[in-house]
Amino acid sequence: MSPVIAEDIEFFYGDQIILRRLSFSVVRGDFFIILGPNGSGKTTLLKIIANILKVKKGDLRIMGNPIENHSRRSLARTLALVPQMAPVDFPFTAMELVLMGRSPHLGFLALERKNDLELAKNAMEFTGVLRLAHRKMDQLSGGEQQRVFIARAICQAPEIMLLDEPTASLDLTHQIRIMDLMEKLRKEKGLTIVMVSHDINLAAMYATRLLFLKAGKEAGIGTPEEVLTFKNLERIYECPLLVDESPLGGFKRITLIPNKFLKMKIAGK
Amino acid sequence: MERSVLLKRILWTVILLSVLLAASILLGILMGSTGIGIKRALLSLTSSRENDPMLHTIIWQIRFPRVLLAALVGAALSMGGLVFQALLRNPLAEPYILGISSGSGIGAIIGILAGLSRFPGVSFTAFAGSIVTLLLLFLMSSGKAILKSNSLLLSGVMVNSFCAAFIMFLISITQDARLHNIIFWLMGDLSMINLGQVGILAAILTPCFFLLFCFSNQMNLLLVGKEMAQSMGVNIRIVVPMLLLITSLMVSATVSFCGPIGFVGLVMPHLLRLIFGPDHRVLAPACILGGGTYMVFCDLLARTVPDQGEMPAGVITAMIGAPLFIILLKRSGR
Repeated sequence: MSPVIAEDIEFFYGDQIILRRLSFSVVRGDFFIILGPNGSGKTTLLKIIANILKVKKGDLRIMGNPIENHSRRSLARTLALVPQMAPVDFPFTAMELVLMGRSPHLGFLALERKNDLELAKNAMEFTGVLRLAHRKMDQLSGGEQQRVFIARAICQAPEIMLLDEPTASLDLTHQIRIMDLMEKLRKEKGLTIVMVSHDINLAAMYATRLLFLKAGKEAGIGTPEEVLTFKNLERIYECPLLVDESPLGGFKRITLIPNKFLKMKIAGK
Repeated sequence: MERSVLLKRILWTVILLSVLLAASILLGILMGSTGIGIKRALLSLTSSRENDPMLHTIIWQIRFPRVLLAALVGAALSMGGLVFQALLRNPLAEPYILGISSGSGIGAIIGILAGLSRFPGVSFTAFAGSIVTLLLLFLMSSGKAILKSNSLLLSGVMVNSFCAAFIMFLISITQDARLHNIIFWLMGDLSMINLGQVGILAAILTPCFFLLFCFSNQMNLLLVGKEMAQSMGVNIRIVVPMLLLITSLMVSATVSFCGPIGFVGLVMPHLLRLIFGPDHRVLAPACILGGGTYMVFCDLLARTVPDQGEMPAGVITAMIGAPLFIILLKRSGR
């Protein structure tokens, strides 16, 4: 059973169409990365899967059931979301934030028991932030905050994890750490990961499948090997670029070509 | 650790603050502007009515309802501040600063001028006024903008000045004895009340407190962000309007009884957050009890500081709250 199946889904604000006739399915254990230019509808699609926006037309199934048949709480037990990073300006400690992930599993006032505390600790151990448990969120660096938010999503014990550009605004070390973390989560806990990203090179190295969006339409879907071709990328991004093999081997590598370099080449010829 | 550490924390907070509230209430009925010593008042509490009928009347018919009213008002306003701060994710939000209090003030004055009784007449017009202001506020800073301190505060300031002008207009066309009533009421006056009215207010507020406490974990999640809250199972289409409605009802009920008293909803949640941390499941009961204690003390100051007579409690709360607001605003800008 595929965790996410979309058939001909559409979304629009008034007469402005954001997503048009989009069909795809995410297989269990997939590392599914959604790519595309700015304003192509990536975040909207993620919000629709998270049931924050309601799909206007078409059929969207989460764990086999139409999304409108899930209650918000039951969906929260199968699906966790890590939204785009926003400035943190509340004084919760990292531990308090991670524990919030237990809410959909708990009853009145979400009073956590020992068991929930253990789950929170394990999740923080997993993302390497356990030593920060009692620090206030607003005292942590961007990379640390992001790992706390991911620990919160793990603590929610979902089957599908949705992430919106989790590596944006992080330095190189933290980018690779977050991606490795996702890989570990998928391999060790069997989670299905759906991620929106801007970084094609990272996506090429980690994704099992890619979905390209352009102006709300599907512009390519498949394994990185299948879709990351010069023809596809030039059509989608309309900018000069180079596609070759990564020196690491086994991955595609995308290099952007600056304008001055093009001029030099033309002049050199 | 069997049930929950948190439950223990909530219980201890409630016990501690209940003791403080009881102490402040006791102090509130023992001290006053009549120059009766605490000792004599204490004696009269334990002895029967016949020994000192005058003092007995002062304590049980004047001070006692007033102190209880102060406790209720303080609790309601602190909770109001707490809820708005969570909903708008803005530590400076408070019913008075947002203009909700002034809005229900207009409603209340219209009610008073129309000759309605405090309950249910004036309470209802005050509630209508607060709902209208709330809608106005949301229309003005529609959508995301309200999360930003500046636009939120500016909207509040504008709503407040508009309401103030409208209240002045209403006052200027009033010329009889109701004028004095309205002006004292506007300054935040707790003195004109009897035990029956306190009972009515308590009957309105208690279910509101209970409901808000039930929503306290949702408030935690909302504080982290709307989308995050939704993804953790909070139905914001139900929870947010419910919170706004309950809070407006609570604020307008207190406003209709004692006028727009400012800044209590700013001072208390901040102080209590510093002591007990940001978890609303602890903060909600803490605000109810701690806010009550604070207001009883403010009212006590208002009654005992002036050499002759007394002043409205709203004067004290504003003198403490407004400077704190400026300090917080400066700090949040950093």
